[in-house]
Amino acid sequence: MQPANLLLITLAFAAVAYGLGYFRSRALAMPLGGIRHLKSLPFYYGARAALWCGIPALIVLGLWAAFQGQVIQTMVVGTLPENLLPSNAGEASLLLSKISNIASGALAKDFADPAIVQAAELLVRLREQSLMYMTALVVSVAVLAAFIAWVRIRPTLNARVQVEAILKWIFFSCAALAILTTVGIIFSVAFETFRFFQQISFIDFFFGTHWSPQTALRADQVAAEGAFGMIPLFTGTLLISAIAMLVAVPVGLMSAIYLSEYANPKIRNIVKPMLEMLAGVPTVVYGFFAALTVAPFISDFAASFGINASSQSALAAGAVMGIMIIPFVSSLSDDVINAVPQSLRDGSLALGATQSETMKKVIFPAALPGIMGGILLAVSRAIGETMIVVMAAGLAANLTANPLETVTTVTVQIVTLLTGDQEFDSAKTLAAFALGAMLFLSTLLLNIIALHIVRKYREQYD
Amino acid sequence: MTSIPTTVPEKKLHDENEPQIPVVEETAASGPIVEGKTVGTPYADDAKFKLRDVEVFYGESRAIKSVSLDIASNEVIAFIGPSGCGKSTFLRCLNRMNDSIDICRVKGTLELDGQDLYDPRQDVVELRARVGMVFQKPNPFPKSIYDNVAYGPRIHGLANRKSELDDIVESSLRKAGLWDEVKDRLDATATGMSGGQQQRLCIARTIAVSPEVVLMDEPCSALDPIATAKVEELIAELSESYTIVIVTHSMQQAARVSHRTAYFHLGHLVEVNDTSTVFTAPEHEMTESYITGRFG
Amino acid sequence: MTNRPQAEIVRQSLKKRYRKEKRFRAYGILAIAIALSALVVLFTDIIGKGYTGFMKTSLNLEVELNQEMMFLDDATDQKQLRMADFVEPLVQALLKEIPDATEADRDAVRKLINPYASTDLREALVNNPDWLGSTREMNLLAHTDVDVYVKHAGDSAYSIKLSEQQREWVDGLLERGIVEVSFNDTFFKGGDSRDPSRAGIMGAVVGSLLTMFVTLILSFPIGVAAAIYLEEFAPQNKLTDFIEVNINNLAAVPSIIFGLLGLAVFIGLFGMPRSVPVVGGLVLTLMTLPTIIISSRAAIKSVPPSIREAASGIGASKMQVVLHHVLPLALPGMLTGSIIGMAQALGETAPLLLIGMVAFIVDVPDGFLDSATVLPVQVFLWAGSPELAFIERASAAIMVLLSFLISMNALAIWLRKRLERRW
Repeated sequence: MQPANLLLITLAFAAVAYGLGYFRSRALAMPLGGIRHLKSLPFYYGARAALWCGIPALIVLGLWAAFQGQVIQTMVVGTLPENLLPSNAGEASLLLSKISNIASGALAKDFADPAIVQAAELLVRLREQSLMYMTALVVSVAVLAAFIAWVRIRPTLNARVQVEAILKWIFFSCAALAILTTVGIIFSVAFETFRFFQQISFIDFFFGTHWSPQTALRADQVAAEGAFGMIPLFTGTLLISAIAMLVAVPVGLMSAIYLSEYANPKIRNIVKPMLEMLAGVPTVVYGFFAALTVAPFISDFAASFGINASSQSALAAGAVMGIMIIPFVSSLSDDVINAVPQSLRDGSLALGATQSETMKKVIFPAALPGIMGGILLAVSRAIGETMIVVMAAGLAANLTANPLETVTTVTVQIVTLLTGDQEFDSAKTLAAFALGAMLFLSTLLLNIIALHIVRKYREQYD
Repeated sequence: MTSIPTTVPEKKLHDENEPQIPVVEETAASGPIVEGKTVGTPYADDAKFKLRDVEVFYGESRAIKSVSLDIASNEVIAFIGPSGCGKSTFLRCLNRMNDSIDICRVKGTLELDGQDLYDPRQDVVELRARVGMVFQKPNPFPKSIYDNVAYGPRIHGLANRKSELDDIVESSLRKAGLWDEVKDRLDATATGMSGGQQQRLCIARTIAVSPEVVLMDEPCSALDPIATAKVEELIAELSESYTIVIVTHSMQQAARVSHRTAYFHLGHLVEVNDTSTVFTAPEHEMTESYITGRFG
Repeated sequence: MTNRPQAEIVRQSLKKRYRKEKRFRAYGILAIAIALSALVVLFTDIIGKGYTGFMKTSLNLEVELNQEMMFLDDATDQKQLRMADFVEPLVQALLKEIPDATEADRDAVRKLINPYASTDLREALVNNPDWLGSTREMNLLAHTDVDVYVKHAGDSAYSIKLSEQQREWVDGLLERGIVEVSFNDTFFKGGDSRDPSRAGIMGAVVGSLLTMFVTLILSFPIGVAAAIYLEEFAPQNKLTDFIEVNINNLAAVPSIIFGLLGLAVFIGLFGMPRSVPVVGGLVLTLMTLPTIIISSRAAIKSVPPSIREAASGIGASKMQVVLHHVLPLALPGMLTGSIIGMAQALGETAPLLLIGMVAFIVDVPDGFLDSATVLPVQVFLWAGSPELAFIERASAAIMVLLSFLISMNALAIWLRKRLERRW
């Protein structure tokens, strides 16, 4: 049975277990003189039976479904004769896809090695068996657990306490999923990054100024190794982020100041949602806008002055990214400015300061730490932004500070390296994970610092 | 301009020493409050502020009801009354701090040295440079002590050189009685001072601009008794060169620092008299009830 | 007025200070104007580029389904169908409509018909085998070159690939209603195609819906449960702090990192298939969870403690207090937060590229484990095409995507206004 169907069946079992538990508790209570003689309401006896039935079965189902593929694969490869065994991971994945294609009938078995055909047949057989065993195991676990829960229903049993304890654990595991996700991220990038550095030296990666991740088809080709210096990607990312911040910070900050200090409520109620609309536009739309409207415009505009601008200039990507970040900066600054106590405003105004003097000399300095925190968060967002640069910035890893030239970024390279045909083990693929690790670490660092600053700032005025 | 024709009070302006004719019989005994009628001596000859039929609205509700009062030069006048009686609202009209509240409207005649405060041509920045204000909670800017005091002179361009500014800062801190305590740590941040020091710093900050009037909105309510005593001493010294209007919740404080006392009740100005009169022989029954602690 | 020097100095400085004040205010207005005009330019640009994507150019032809011409005498015979000629009847039908075209112009005429029109004809015949031998009025797609010419003849951005003669023909046919511009239903019916005129968003829309369904049924309950735990049950300890730090950081981790996670864990470790809505949904679940948790916590926080006290006061257990009283009251806030989170997920592209949802998929997906793409990725794919006809469709797809997002946000605002209580 397919895992999805099995899932539904398990849920159905749990529902049945609920009914059985519910009615058994009532039946037990009747001779005693009604449900008031039960420790808990019948509902809790039912819920307890359902949880007993469902949870172990679902855990078994989840684990089995998650790991059956790997286990079966290992078993299939184990039956292959020596001479067919893959020598490296690239060949291995090729071989596996060949076997599974034969198994699914997509590839005719007439021309394949008999050993591989055998392996394919084994694969089909093992898959069927696996499903069978899984069904049997899950169903029996569900039934057995439900039976135990059912038998153990006593009027003196406090089912409510048990159900609530289990629920609390479920709630806790949902919250702990955040830790698991972080661990998952670290695990997924760290492992491949480690393998990357077994092939490429630290120094080449961190200090290399040349990035061309071509791995050679033949060992004797020129630049067979490919070059993995991340400096150009790093500077490219910084250049585009800097342009974005140059747009987003003044515009976002000034609009937040105007809206919170000057605008009357009517205008605020119109303008604020419109600014928030900018935040709701998907990044792919900004990418489209940058690549097909802003970039050609910039390059034409520059050409009319006789300046040569690339059609994939850093300026186009950066400016559009800046527009995307405006609402982010403005809503963070708005929060921060509003957190400055009114008494400071009053104090300054009472001395005869104008509104702008109060803003510039009292409120802004007081809000500065909070604003800095917000800007750091915005920078981290700019660094990690992907679609705009994938669509509007180029692939050429130029080491330049000229915003009219093409640069590439870390995120662009990750996407480029991981989409399209890839061998899972090549330095190219691993490089993407190494870049991912750098991206994760730098944004994490920025976020931690920024969140810390913002929290400290808030505590100051609480 | 939203002035209301002022007829009757205008004539009585200089009747300071004449006994007020009670509008309703037996004012002192039964004493219902009559709108626009204030018992005692609300008017002065050398009025710094001339306030006639002042009304303040928050949206629809009327927070101040037809109040007329003179505030003389170099006097210390205390506003007392139960919470919510409008004394702070009234005080904030005197340097237009209510402007920043959108729904707040002020009606009536408010004049400073004969100049209409709410005239559209009246510049609010200039007004506030002349009428400074100290708030309930000490609100030093999160800057150094020096920068706090120097803030006003800097924005108004009162000092041309660094040395002039230094002089202003020093003299203001001296007047506020703070110089000896802070002269060695002028660069320290002001938020690190004690509450009483902070409040005196705020006073120093206000007088650094050399205002003519200082408004104080319950300046001691957030301070401990010792700090309060210091601030009160300071007020007494300042009264030599400034007109001071102080809102206070403490009758003892009003008795200690002020020359005249005005009693507000639910937006009405009930009685204005010499402080000693108010506290020993109040003319209005409501005032008496309040100072004897029957409500408040 | 007194002649005190300070007052004089202040008055003199006023003019300059008010100029500064005005300038500062002008900067503020300028900033807002920049932001709003960016919004307006963005929208007008997309609408201007894309509204023509909602129009298609088609040919109304009287097609004679002649057995001999098509080498077909039984439309139910698979073998014959495979060998039959479905192009010829269309060319002949069109030739009849162009009086000055001769047999020598066959190729030029054929190039006015969409290459997929013959597939449509074939399909129609398979569904109605008895049509064979009759003459039918049919509405068939025109060639993309014709489509571009008809819609964008005056636009210098588009290069018209039709010859002078072909243009004349099309103009004539357009006048007589043979060539017709109408609402582009193809765009809403089919999946992707190599031919812009045939390309549709249905595949991507269904892919998005499947992915969003997975995301919703996972992220909403998990997010709410996590929020309940953190707000109501979590003890004050290091573990709780650590969970909170993790959630706050995950909310700010770039989305592409979640793509790496999906690639390495779901596909690499668990061996799940690429390009499928389930994996997409899982990745987007992890990505939106922090948003949902944070907004759900705010919703729980806004329920006043008096409600909790009232319930515990009559002997409800902590769990009963939460599930019977706090949760129902916090639910509207949680729902609005989740809808906004879902809207973010719907517009997300980058992580889905990494888990292979970027493949060229013609068929509308029919299950959670079927290869699929999603709307924003479809936009990305078309936007990368050198053919302007695809760009036009990318813009149209953006408009569809944006209308989804706007309605979701409107729903969230409506819910908030309708259901949220003020305490």
